[in-house]
Amino acid sequence: MDLILFFLLAFVAVGCAINLVLQSHPISSAISLIGVMVSLAGLYLLLGAEFIAAAQIIVYAGAIMVLFTIVIMLLNSGKEAPGRMNNLSRFLGLPLLLVMVGLLAMVLVQVVPPTQEVKFGNFTGGGPADLGMLLFTKYVLPFEATSVLILVAILGAVVLALKEMD
Amino acid sequence: MPVNFFPTTAELVRVLPEMILVIMGTLIMALEPLAPSYRQSFLGTFSMVALIAAIPLSLLTFADPGPAFGGMLLIDGFATFFRLLVLIVGVLTIILGRPYLEREKVESGEFYALVLFSIVGQCLMVSANELVMIFIGLEISSISSYVLAGYLRKDTRNNEAALKYFMLGSFATAFFLYGIAMVYGATGSTNLFDIRQVLMSGELTTPDRLIFLAAALMFVGFAFKVSAAPFHVWTPDVYQGAPTPVAAFLSAAPKAAAFAVLLRVFLTTFMPFSRQWEPLIWVTALVTMFIGNFAALVQENIKRMLAYSSIAHAGYVLIAVATHSEIGTAAAMFYLAAYAFMNVGAFAVVSHFARKGETTVEIKDFAGLANHQPFTAAMLAFFLFSLIGIPLTGGFFGKFYVFKAAIDSQFYWLTALGLVNSALAAYYYLRIVVLMYMYDASEASQNMPPLDLGVKTVLGVCGACTVFLGVFPTALLTLVNNWAILHPTTLP
Repeated sequence: MDLILFFLLAFVAVGCAINLVLQSHPISSAISLIGVMVSLAGLYLLLGAEFIAAAQIIVYAGAIMVLFTIVIMLLNSGKEAPGRMNNLSRFLGLPLLLVMVGLLAMVLVQVVPPTQEVKFGNFTGGGPADLGMLLFTKYVLPFEATSVLILVAILGAVVLALKEMD
Repeated sequence: MPVNFFPTTAELVRVLPEMILVIMGTLIMALEPLAPSYRQSFLGTFSMVALIAAIPLSLLTFADPGPAFGGMLLIDGFATFFRLLVLIVGVLTIILGRPYLEREKVESGEFYALVLFSIVGQCLMVSANELVMIFIGLEISSISSYVLAGYLRKDTRNNEAALKYFMLGSFATAFFLYGIAMVYGATGSTNLFDIRQVLMSGELTTPDRLIFLAAALMFVGFAFKVSAAPFHVWTPDVYQGAPTPVAAFLSAAPKAAAFAVLLRVFLTTFMPFSRQWEPLIWVTALVTMFIGNFAALVQENIKRMLAYSSIAHAGYVLIAVATHSEIGTAAAMFYLAAYAFMNVGAFAVVSHFARKGETTVEIKDFAGLANHQPFTAAMLAFFLFSLIGIPLTGGFFGKFYVFKAAIDSQFYWLTALGLVNSALAAYYYLRIVVLMYMYDASEASQNMPPLDLGVKTVLGVCGACTVFLGVFPTALLTLVNNWAILHPTTLP
């Protein structure tokens, strides 16, 4: 059952991700992104990390996507104009992409023999208590450093978008 | 689960430099709206004080080396060396940036805060001993750099630089993260020493190929950050478009930090299968040197030329990395220090010469500079000689030790091709020297304003350090030889 669910969610996630890139209208891309986020949340749930799954839905599929949609609305950006492709990317882009995907697939197939069963649901430790314990003990420094990272991002947004400079 | 998780005093002392930089950076952000616009340079002084204070603090932390925060950081000689290097580059950037911002009429505290935060990220990166920590440090450093590259918002060249840097940088980060995820999947750990233990014990549940793939993906991320071919394409556009002091900063500090992490990850964690990754690195080194040097030959813009030269220099350092020996690590450390000083020096001259709006950055604008500003011309010529690697300059010993390390590891023909490249590079550096000394003055050279105190200070410091490294290389060399030990068995 776990296996079926995993493949279902994984295919939805990858499919939505591909659709996200292929769509020419930003809103359609945003909707596809929600699909990716929700199926990722399902994968987390399969791993027994119910808190992270919920956070994924609330933060990514909820808050961040609403923000995305509002920005797209404000910018009022229409359909993407078909871009000019140079010859190199037109003729080599797709084959090279296929080569890379093929190589990755080849390695992965050799790494995970098809007979081996994939197990899910054995892992538990994604509850809020476990997560909080890890965040404030083992990962306290990365946790604090992330606050600096977010501060830098805000500062950057202020510099690039808001600051009056003359 | 650790019961007593509060960090000990010793552990807190080991992150003092980062702490003071974060506190001062945040203070600058808070003070910025309060300070009147003509007093913003005061914030520059403020950030300089923070950086200079962090230098003795880094030395203090080294008095008691060891891990901190459950192995997240490892303060050893290697980390201390790179911390000091990025801090010094930061000080030079701020001294150089202040007159630049004044000239472009964009004086504001955010620039200084961003430089401070970028250096926090680099300090965390170079002392991190854990992949999650490395990633966060890398991101702090990169995001500040993206913003710094586009700091002059009204200048379209800045916009282009920031956008390209951001797009390609995010792409490279994704590769890096993918690699981290695979390492974690294969070994169940993100701590560099633990991963090494698992790899050495041979108790991998997955075949080796997964780890090879992970190492390759992580190398892609690093190669982007150090601008190694074929992931160098952003470098010329970003260095050309970014404000020149920022270009100087980008070519020295983030690059040194990325090399530090590359060395640490590949020489500790992935050391057990060095035979497999060694070809990957020397091939990259070779391609990087050739692409950088050949492309630099045909550049007309001096910032683009320095960008391609910076790519070529990354190739020389990669030779040292490919040797995967302690002597190679020491050579890379020496090279990065020498390169930082000579390159920041060269960029300092360009920054001053370019004038408002960076209108004169073509190589031909430098014609006849020696007649009007002999000191400036002499300094630029000196830095260019050091970039070529002429004796009595830091650049000479940098190259010397790199090639010596390569010969010790029996990379004979790689050394030979590296030397061919050095000779090739001499052409485009010497072209500028010849233009400055043997041609009639261009309009730009005739009207060049006299050097201000900030640029003079940077030129003085960089010049003195380059001479020092060229005349007394052993002083730094003994240091880096002692500090180049990355092997975990030598830990306290």
